[in-house]
Amino acid sequence: MFKFAARSLLTGIALALVVTAFTFSLVFSKGESIARQVLGTSASADQVEIKIGELGLDDPLPAQYLDWLVHALRGDFGNSFYSGEPVAQMLAVRVEVTLSIVLIAFVMTAVLSVAVGVLAAVRGGWVDRALQFVAVLGAAIPQFILAIALAYVFAIHLRVLPATGYVSARDDIGGWLATLILPVTAILVGSVAGAAQQFRGAMLDALEKEYINTLRARGISEFTVVTRHALRNAAAPGMTVLSLQTIALLGGVVLIERIFALPGIGTLATESAFRGDLPVVLGTVTFTVAVVVVINFAASMMLGWLNPKVRLS
Amino acid sequence: MMTDAVPPSPDSSPRPSLALRVATDPLGLVSSIVIVVVILGGVLAPWIMPNDPAVQNLSLVNAPPLGEYLLGGDRLGRDIFSRLLSGTQQTVIASLIVVVVASVLGITSGLVAGYRGGRVDAVAGWLSDLLMSLPGMILIIALYSVVGGSIYVSMAFFGILIAPSYFRLVRSLVLGIRNELYIDAARVFGVSEWRIVSRHVLGAIRGPIIMTTMFILAAGIAIQAGLEYLGLGDPNSSSWGRTLQETFENITMSPIAALWPSLLITITTLALVLLGTVLRDAVQSAGSRPDGLSARVKKRIVLARRSSLPQRVSEPPSASQVLSVTDLAIGYPDSPTTVAAVVHGVSLAINRGEVLGVVGESGSGKSQIVAAILGILPRTAVVLSGSVLYGGRDLMNDEKGRRAALGRHIGYVPQEPMANLDPTYTVGKQLEFALRATRRLPRKQALEQIYDLLRQVGIESPAAVCSMYPHQVSGGTAQRILIAGALIGDPELLIADEPTTALDVTVQAEVLELLRTLRSERNLSILLVTHNLGVVADICDSVAVMRRGVLVETGSVQELLSAPKHEYTQSLLRAVPDRETTRTPLPELTLPEGRP
Repeated sequence: MFKFAARSLLTGIALALVVTAFTFSLVFSKGESIARQVLGTSASADQVEIKIGELGLDDPLPAQYLDWLVHALRGDFGNSFYSGEPVAQMLAVRVEVTLSIVLIAFVMTAVLSVAVGVLAAVRGGWVDRALQFVAVLGAAIPQFILAIALAYVFAIHLRVLPATGYVSARDDIGGWLATLILPVTAILVGSVAGAAQQFRGAMLDALEKEYINTLRARGISEFTVVTRHALRNAAAPGMTVLSLQTIALLGGVVLIERIFALPGIGTLATESAFRGDLPVVLGTVTFTVAVVVVINFAASMMLGWLNPKVRLS
Repeated sequence: MMTDAVPPSPDSSPRPSLALRVATDPLGLVSSIVIVVVILGGVLAPWIMPNDPAVQNLSLVNAPPLGEYLLGGDRLGRDIFSRLLSGTQQTVIASLIVVVVASVLGITSGLVAGYRGGRVDAVAGWLSDLLMSLPGMILIIALYSVVGGSIYVSMAFFGILIAPSYFRLVRSLVLGIRNELYIDAARVFGVSEWRIVSRHVLGAIRGPIIMTTMFILAAGIAIQAGLEYLGLGDPNSSSWGRTLQETFENITMSPIAALWPSLLITITTLALVLLGTVLRDAVQSAGSRPDGLSARVKKRIVLARRSSLPQRVSEPPSASQVLSVTDLAIGYPDSPTTVAAVVHGVSLAINRGEVLGVVGESGSGKSQIVAAILGILPRTAVVLSGSVLYGGRDLMNDEKGRRAALGRHIGYVPQEPMANLDPTYTVGKQLEFALRATRRLPRKQALEQIYDLLRQVGIESPAAVCSMYPHQVSGGTAQRILIAGALIGDPELLIADEPTTALDVTVQAEVLELLRTLRSERNLSILLVTHNLGVVADICDSVAVMRRGVLVETGSVQELLSAPKHEYTQSLLRAVPDRETTRTPLPELTLPEGRP
């Protein structure tokens, strides 16, 4: 088990390094144009030269990356090109918004998709047909269009929920929930439909297994067979889907934040990409990758716990 | 996106039938028309735009639809319809970029990885996994900060990120096809490897690839519109996403204006996903088994059969019988309204303390009878008639009675030991579950009983075996564990479906020996299904011979083996190899004379 955990963790760290290195070399490859962008079009060649030195853009890329990495490991992601504010601080202010949406959406996706998927597989009938229908719609309607429709109907037309803005949970739990209902709902429709569909398939596969019939023939009740055995065996493929779903969710949240004017990491990423504020862009990428790594690690730990073959081989 | 398809058999989806299926499906037809209209709109945009999308007409600010402008004007007095049309052109080009980049990368690497295997496959698989675990949207945004507002560059990058969808699909299809006979045959005939790949493989993967392309396009269009909504596109163009963003910001002034771009984007992605779904159903339904019948049809078929047959009164079982099966008939649907019977009115009975062998070649319906007794027939099966009497109750029609009998009075030993243990629990846990299903016991006592039982089935270190997972034990041990599982409720009847078939020859003999011992120790009755006459001779008291769902002969082992009445039984006996090459020992038995 320890070996397995260590290996999953190493895979995660490798992913984080590859992505940050890739993004870094992409973003910081053209030192001169970066300096020019920071200074504005009227800057002289000398000013650009000085700025390049100031920002350390004349060092070779690997050295620049290593330098960034060493600082990043200590929690220092550099300073914004524009405001001079530390990137870590800018991220910290916005983390709560994004994590609130992502975590609530993740937990609800997991719970609802397992429930719906299992029900559709075991019951069949109208539950199954309804799921097939919603799964197609969920895949077909872009999340942000749904968000816009929800915002229009509930916030602008009916005025029952706030259209924009964020209230911290520490100030007002009710307000916090109210600001999150629409963004989370917009995400859930697609992610639950997709994941439930996959859970349904995994459950159907699991229920086809021979040992299921042997358990039934031992007089074990159908409920126990489904919950204790089929579900546990279906969990492994389900886990994979769920972690992929979460990666998609992290992309979707950028648009959702924009539509509901939520000051989260996604909004920060968009704004700084516009301005060419590269340290901040890199910071948001790093944050997102960190979330991906944590979720993948959690998923593979769950997988190992549920499936001894993975853990022991 | 998960779009793994079941690899179709190579001859299942020739092009005309796939196109035809889509055209005859109303959803497929409508979706195809929508997609064609969008493409035409994009291609012809420069010629059919009624107005210059950039021209502002102050008298038409927020103009309602169906006036001067077909879909009304935006907050700057520009023609929304013309703006969307010019955006359509951009969408079509960007979609083309996504598909070209993703398919060139994904399909070629999938072909190579699937065909070559080995290290190439490992590296490609690793890259694909890496790409799939990347947070795509945020990376595209980061890319924007470097290359600026070209949606085409962003979409090419998206093409790279989505390439694993093609890669995984093509690789698994190639792997499936590569192992098929006809490729080997082609190789024998000296067809070059490249021709094998291009002719056979590309022919078979065409359908699934078109299907995947539809899903990728839908995702691509959504991402593209999303990026443009964020403002990460060409600021001077009028794309779908940008128009949506502009009209949404202006929604309080002119709510209907935001409807048009939303509808256009949604209808396009919906058409793509629906067409993809129709294609997927067409590709996958080829060669799949028919679904189960509806309850109504089932009932009608059963009733029709009952009225067409002479009413037979099932005899009450005599006191000497443990279990009796009467007039059992089972069928499977061969069309949406008809059933083909696989078991035709079989009746048999097991006497107390007797070992009854049911023999027959595979497909003769013997395992179906076992499944029917235990209530574990597949969902699609239809019980056409019959009863299973045990302890005064009909297990066939008395769900409660069956549940009460299973585990406690009737034990089941399955055929394939390794496939019949739940891989996620230790052996000990599984036996504990089985024990607790029959009676409540404190944990410690339960464990003692399990250890005791494991020793009885010949497992010498029960504690060690109990802490193992199924994949850690051998086939013979697994079968012993399953026998222990069947005995855990101390049943009087054991039903064993080919209990030795999957085992090595030496282990077969051991397991038979174990069954014989258990039988005499516990005074068990055993219903033993097998295709092996050696096993029958070894352990059974009486035999029932099945052929094509019909019981052709029953009798005592001695009678049947020495003087078979039915022709089929005679031919079965002739097929038994000579004594020297027999797989299982046939002790104390004189085989019938007159064999070749």
